[in-house]
Amino acid sequence: MFEVFGVPSQALFGQLLLGLINGSFYALLSLGLAVIFGMLNIINFTHGAQYMMGAFAAFLLLRHVGIGYWPALIIVPIIVGATGVVIERLFLKRIQKLDHLYGLILTFGLALIIEGLFRNYYGSSGQPYGVPESLQGGRNLGFMFLPNYRAWVIAFSLSVCLGTWFAIERTRLGSYLRAATENPALVRAFGINVPRMVTLTYGFGVGLAGLAGVMAAPIYNVSPQMGSDIIIVVFAVVVIGGMGSIMGAIVTGFTLGIVEGLTKVFFPEASNTVIFMIMIIVLLVRPAGLFGRSA
Amino acid sequence: MATLTAAAPVRRETERSLAVAAAVLLAFAIVGPFVLYPVFIMKALCFALFACAFNLLLGYVGLLSFGHALYFGWAGYLAAHAAKVWGLQPEFAVLFGTASAAVAGLITGVVAIRRQGIYFAMITLALAQMMYLVALRVKMTGGEDGIQGVPRGRLFGTFDLSNEMTMYAFVVIVALAAFFLIYRIINSPFGEVLKAIRENEQRAISLGYKTDDYKLVAFVLSAALAGLAGSLKALVFQLASLTDVHWTMSGEVVLMTLVGGLGTVFGPVVGAFLIVAMENYLAPFGQWVLVIQGAVFVICVLAFRRGIVGELAARLRVRL
Repeated sequence: MFEVFGVPSQALFGQLLLGLINGSFYALLSLGLAVIFGMLNIINFTHGAQYMMGAFAAFLLLRHVGIGYWPALIIVPIIVGATGVVIERLFLKRIQKLDHLYGLILTFGLALIIEGLFRNYYGSSGQPYGVPESLQGGRNLGFMFLPNYRAWVIAFSLSVCLGTWFAIERTRLGSYLRAATENPALVRAFGINVPRMVTLTYGFGVGLAGLAGVMAAPIYNVSPQMGSDIIIVVFAVVVIGGMGSIMGAIVTGFTLGIVEGLTKVFFPEASNTVIFMIMIIVLLVRPAGLFGRSA
Repeated sequence: MATLTAAAPVRRETERSLAVAAAVLLAFAIVGPFVLYPVFIMKALCFALFACAFNLLLGYVGLLSFGHALYFGWAGYLAAHAAKVWGLQPEFAVLFGTASAAVAGLITGVVAIRRQGIYFAMITLALAQMMYLVALRVKMTGGEDGIQGVPRGRLFGTFDLSNEMTMYAFVVIVALAAFFLIYRIINSPFGEVLKAIRENEQRAISLGYKTDDYKLVAFVLSAALAGLAGSLKALVFQLASLTDVHWTMSGEVVLMTLVGGLGTVFGPVVGAFLIVAMENYLAPFGQWVLVIQGAVFVICVLAFRRGIVGELAARLRVRL
């Protein structure tokens, strides 16, 4: 045991770890928002609800079908992504040519519907979801105790984020995607099915939210309002980072998680508002966001 | 010149249809309490004023604020605090709530108008959430209990507002005066510049207008009027609580405006009455309210973007 600025190292590193965990979810969710925004020009307000659906899907699969954490990690993003595909085809496609604000309002409405339905059936109290057996326990690093599951969440979400970055910035498919973002008409002229690409992009972004939900289930309680609680913070993260770059979303997400964790140690009263305050400062100093291109 | 002479009769006709609509509203306000519960009408009027304030921003400047609960709810808290703890007379409590909402609007407005479009919506939402979290923690707001038992007091020291009909008259007069003010703002030269910004901000800039200043003034006005609505509501219900600062309240005012008709003078009023009535009737169904609200949002965006009054105005070929 040692102390840093009068704070015992256990508490400091414990909060740092919590911050990294929160940061993992901020990064995954803002990454999904950025991918969707790039392609559809829509801010997906449903993102929080879809994250919540991911957590609930994992919970329901375990309770009713007996499917555990590991298969859920693959199945749930596909299920949630599929609901996203349906939403895109049924609703978002129809408002493509309208002002962006309608996209925000429409997805807000969808979020209310989804949250309301889940509240109806499961109330607003949280449901517990156990840590998978293979990741129970933890190890003592000398300066702190590291639970295995938390280490896994950080490592896995970091690799998913970097994998997504690689797929979009460094592969052929990603180059089509980026080209279609810049000029859909031209990409269409090359014989690429842009509308299908838009649909699948939305499905992918939503699938990421579902994946984040599965990972969050053993850490936070599974509850209908878990999505709306986090989505507003993620919006602030997106405003701070700017939606221009994938890497920007990842870096901002993790960094803000850590900052939030540190605030919990040094100024606990400000811990849940610190991200909003950073947003204000960034807007005053650099309105386009840290990684944003000026609009 | 030709366009000028042609415009005059149109303007006169517009004013006539607006006068008719205003007369209907006034008649309703007088007959209403004999048919419906006065508290219901007062609640609806507070929300109507809130929605009109919001519409001033979205309908006429094209700025979607997703955080208007901040001004509505916090003005309610401050007016309630002023009336209960400081013992201010109701007119001063309401003024105090309104003025603090204006100040809050100025501070948040300076931050929010630095970005446009979707970002503006996200920023206002985030700022409102921040102040919601503050309301959750600060002692003054009473946390989960809110500020209860707010005294209505005596208006100007003479009219006893604990009498339901006196309170009703006060709310009607303030709301109608505020509607008239909003109408004058929209149709003033200032309002014309706002509409120009909505249609094409770049062009407004190139014509020499400092659009940021105009947007900020509109934002402060909208926040102040939302604060007026929140302060009145705190007096009517003698309660200021967390529901009024929560993001769902910001969503509700978007819904009212959208249902009634974006950018119409009377749309938000109609929308507010409808949504408040809907919530009253659906209250026993609990969480279904959320689902139905969401569904109304979706339907409005997909098929009914002009809203009720907008649709009516298009059918009758008048401006309402």
